[in-house]
Amino acid sequence: MASGVEITSTSYIQHHLTNLTFGQTDHGWGFAHNAQEAAEMGFMAVNVDSLGWSIFLGLVFCILFRFAANRATSGVPTGMQNFIEMMVEFVDGTVKDSFHGNNPWIAPIALTIFVWVFFMNLMDLIPVDFIPHLFEVGGVPFQKIVPSTDPNITLGMALAVFGMILYYSIKVKGVSGFLGELTLQPFAAKSPIIQAMFMPINLALELVGLLAKPFSLGLRLFGNMYAGEMIFILIAIMYMSGSWILGAFGGTLQLGWAIFHILIITLQAFIFMVLTVVYLGMAHENH
Amino acid sequence: MNINLTLFGQMISFLFFIWFCKKFVWTAIISSMEERQKKIAAGLDAADKASRDLEIAQEKVSAQLKEAKKEATVLIEQANKRAGQIVDEAKEQAKTEADRMKAGAKAEIDMEVNRAKEELRGKVAGLALAGAEKILKANIDEKANSALVDDLAAQL
Repeated sequence: MASGVEITSTSYIQHHLTNLTFGQTDHGWGFAHNAQEAAEMGFMAVNVDSLGWSIFLGLVFCILFRFAANRATSGVPTGMQNFIEMMVEFVDGTVKDSFHGNNPWIAPIALTIFVWVFFMNLMDLIPVDFIPHLFEVGGVPFQKIVPSTDPNITLGMALAVFGMILYYSIKVKGVSGFLGELTLQPFAAKSPIIQAMFMPINLALELVGLLAKPFSLGLRLFGNMYAGEMIFILIAIMYMSGSWILGAFGGTLQLGWAIFHILIITLQAFIFMVLTVVYLGMAHENH
Repeated sequence: MNINLTLFGQMISFLFFIWFCKKFVWTAIISSMEERQKKIAAGLDAADKASRDLEIAQEKVSAQLKEAKKEATVLIEQANKRAGQIVDEAKEQAKTEADRMKAGAKAEIDMEVNRAKEELRGKVAGLALAGAEKILKANIDEKANSALVDDLAAQL
């Protein structure tokens, strides 16, 4: 919404879907001034808004939970302490239900994912124009405040999870065990020659399954949050129509969608956590 | 919507937050929660034990009460018996005393009667003698008559 330029629905939507990207422009390092410039920066660029909000929310998580951990005693918990402990217990229960190995890292991973993703999704409930407009007044042209609507963020987490899957698979089963899992099933034969013939087919099938895990994990969260954000933006366009009837209708829709979205953001955070735990559990299982 | 370095930024911060969570959050909260669980379990156990103890104490108390009641009953019975005995003894004593006194009185009465009889007999003999003297109008030898008179008196 650069001042002086007439706002159309298309420009409004495009503006809302453009990240504040820092990278190399024609005039040296700097922020991209429009979506096209951001795209031209290629891989060597950073979405400052997504990453910034993401790290900020992660720090909120760390500080909040560190505060609770500091005050944690075996006495009677109160207020905030109760809430934090409830979350911890919930995550602990979920991990114990779906992960049967003995790895002290799984539960903290699950807690981090759940709370962090939940916080990132929660940004979706802030009215779409509120914070971006504040930044615009401050001279920052673009601001996407929901990190989980940026595929970089969701895929970044999913690829980190993928890295953990590979790490634990090799750690638990050994390189040969892991390769065996990739090549000796689902098709198996007693004769070594036939088995050798099956190997490439097995590898192809298993690789697809393996690679599908991080991409489905990241794209599911991204898709859900992107779609939700999109609907909020579309509802927000109704306010610009100038008709108070459409505006009032938009307000009702926004309220309804926001209430429904509370469910979605929690559910998506939960799904991301549970799937991560399940994938890591599979990595720990020896066939 | 472009894939760029943000991906790696997110991965690195993700790993950092996991490390932070494990090191500074999870262990502390879980251990204090487990400690609290143990504390609560111990408290419940203690409460259980206390209520069991109370039950035992109550049983003891009621048993002792029963025992005391039994003893009291026995004591009362004994006391009643003893009281009866004392009363009986007193009655016996009173009866003996009364009998003794009655016997004394009777003996005295008898003695009195006998004495009166003796006196009466003497007097009657004297009277008879006087009578006979008058009848005979003669002075009979007293010595010879006294045997007669004694004989008469004995017959009276």
